[in-house]
Amino acid sequence: MDRSDRPIIAEFIDVHRHYLMGTNVVKALNGVSMQVHKSDYFAIMGRSGSGKSTMLNLLGCLDRPTSGSYMIGGRDVSKLNDDALSEVRGREIGFIFQSFNLIPQLTVLENLEVPLFYQGRVGAESRQKAEYLAERVGLGQRLEHRPLELSGGQQQRVAIARALMNDPLFLLADEATGNLDSNTEREILDLFDDLRRDGVTIVIVTHNQKVADRAERTLWLKDGQVERLVENRAAEVPQ
Amino acid sequence: MIRDSWRIVQLGLKSLMLHKLRSSLTTAGILFGVASVIAMLAVGEGASQEALEQYRDMGVTNVLVRSVKPEETQQTSSSMWSILDYGLTYAEADRIENLLPQATVVRVREVQRGVMRGEAFRVTVVVGTEPQFLDVSNMAVAEGRWLTDLDMLNQENVCVLGQSLARLLFPLENPIDKTILAGTDDRFRVVGVLAGQGRAAGPSGTTYDECVFVPMTSSRRRFGDTIRNLSTNRFELTELHEIKVKLSTSEEVENAANVLREMLRPAHATRGDYEVTVPLELLKQEEASKRMFNIVLAVIASISLLVGGIGIMNVMLATVTERTREIGIRRALGAKKKHIVQQFLVEAGVLSALGGIVGVGLGMVVPQLITYWFAQRTVVLVPHVMLAFCISAAVGVVFGIYPAWRAANMDPVEALRHE
Ligand SMILES: Nc1ncnc2c1ncn2[C@@H]1O[C@H](COP(=O)(O)OP(=O)(O)OP(=O)(O)O)[C@@H](O)[C@H]1O
Ligand SMILES: [Mg+2]
Repeated sequence: MDRSDRPIIAEFIDVHRHYLMGTNVVKALNGVSMQVHKSDYFAIMGRSGSGKSTMLNLLGCLDRPTSGSYMIGGRDVSKLNDDALSEVRGREIGFIFQSFNLIPQLTVLENLEVPLFYQGRVGAESRQKAEYLAERVGLGQRLEHRPLELSGGQQQRVAIARALMNDPLFLLADEATGNLDSNTEREILDLFDDLRRDGVTIVIVTHNQKVADRAERTLWLKDGQVERLVENRAAEVPQ
Repeated sequence: MIRDSWRIVQLGLKSLMLHKLRSSLTTAGILFGVASVIAMLAVGEGASQEALEQYRDMGVTNVLVRSVKPEETQQTSSSMWSILDYGLTYAEADRIENLLPQATVVRVREVQRGVMRGEAFRVTVVVGTEPQFLDVSNMAVAEGRWLTDLDMLNQENVCVLGQSLARLLFPLENPIDKTILAGTDDRFRVVGVLAGQGRAAGPSGTTYDECVFVPMTSSRRRFGDTIRNLSTNRFELTELHEIKVKLSTSEEVENAANVLREMLRPAHATRGDYEVTVPLELLKQEEASKRMFNIVLAVIASISLLVGGIGIMNVMLATVTERTREIGIRRALGAKKKHIVQQFLVEAGVLSALGGIVGVGLGMVVPQLITYWFAQRTVVLVPHVMLAFCISAAVGVVFGIYPAWRAANMDPVEALRHE
């Protein structure tokens, strides 16, 4: 299916994010517009300081733009209050972090249930779902383990399963393979490909060209602006 | 809803288990605060109940007037043979009866004598009194009968024994209709034995359990009004040692006490040889002083719980800082500020409630030990325990508010970046 036939699920319209440093204004994002379509596999790249993290925070509703609009599923979320943003994060976004960010005192199962807990959806159903997703990422036998009893790759798989628990509109991965060796990195990227075949939308931020090459297209940032948007012919297009 | 709350509590416990030592030390502040408050309340309550019971035993509708031996001065002690004349008189008892016609007036004479039966001997007080004594003193007969008007009229040589004296003099036989010897030549036939009092009421130095009771008239006839005090070897002239005045209701007590004081003052003012005791007044004083004690205790409790609370706040602030990243993660996964507040408040509450629970346990054991070691009555009241526990949990929540607020107001982006 061609991209233009797929609905837009996230869209930046002339987004600015300025930081005030004393009397200086740092324009971390300076008028970015872009669209993420359903089932996209979208990479964001750029030199250090180009605004990648800033953009990711905005995409993840952890931050609000200084100006411009951010539409998620057709709804402008750029001016929502803290509670409403939390709600959007909890329902529409699945976070995957570089350092896995599992909660150490909780078991794998409990970690998986955290996103649903904040929506008051913990119960038999959430347990079933956690079991299913743990199975899906190859950790069906580890539900009662603590994060520190797992390898880095396994922890990241748990984190991916956790990001899928709330059936998000898109996954947001920040250097998801940055802390992993190249074999494990490949496994994780294979898992992303798998998910994508199932229609999951993925947005990743990375420094790593090899990682970006697996994505469908790459957005290059420079000084807080879109430098170019590159289609990656090698990446397979979902069926 | 309940399952969710339980989950939050469980989560709190889990997080506290991350730092077992730190959590237990923090808890100790609350623990000892709660335990000492419960223990102090128990001791106070016990002492107060003891006093209240004692005053109630004296009779809340009674006014008791006792003769008091005046301090010996140079003049009075100048001669060994002069007679020490003090105290209440028969005439005064009659006047009281006239002034307070609705009251029951009971005259009491107390004569110290050695009492003997066979081998058994005991120095005790022979109480000469009237039949209404039993009712006014709230006592009861266990065996045989009490003194009667006929005994009074005939000046019978009959007596009623206090429970423990009866046991002492008659360890094996039934005392009824046996004779005892009081002093060297006064014999009395036992007609009854009183039920055990088990309380302190009685002439100075003894309890009614250890006394012999004889008709007022017989006491006067056998011993006379001038009596040689066995301990000082001096003759003392005292007609009545005590006048018990029983009113029909406690409302009349205050007025009656005033009437009595007014009446007795002119005759006794310079000598100060009498004393009016109003159990109802003592009861009220005790209640007032108990209220005072409770206020003092509340202040001490507040201070110790404040200290405990500060400890909790300290630890919670440290926890919040340590777990900044966890807070960021939870926020990213959809937690609202209120969820974070809730989480840390519950954690603080659980921390102090744990201290509270152990403190309650300790606070219930300590009074037992105090009772055991110091023979001091202690009473642990359920409302006190509940109150102490609830306050301890509340302390955690109150002192957890600021740390929880700090946690909730962290910027999620900053929190996630935190190492
Ligand atoms: N909280 C902040 N306060 C002030 N300036 C900030 C803040 N966050 C980012 N910036 C500035 O915004 C610009 C973009 O930063 P950003 O972190 O988005 O870059 P980046 O592309 O993620 O870089 P890196 O690859 O090093 O992580 C930088 O110049 C940075 O100094
Ligand atoms: Mg960055």
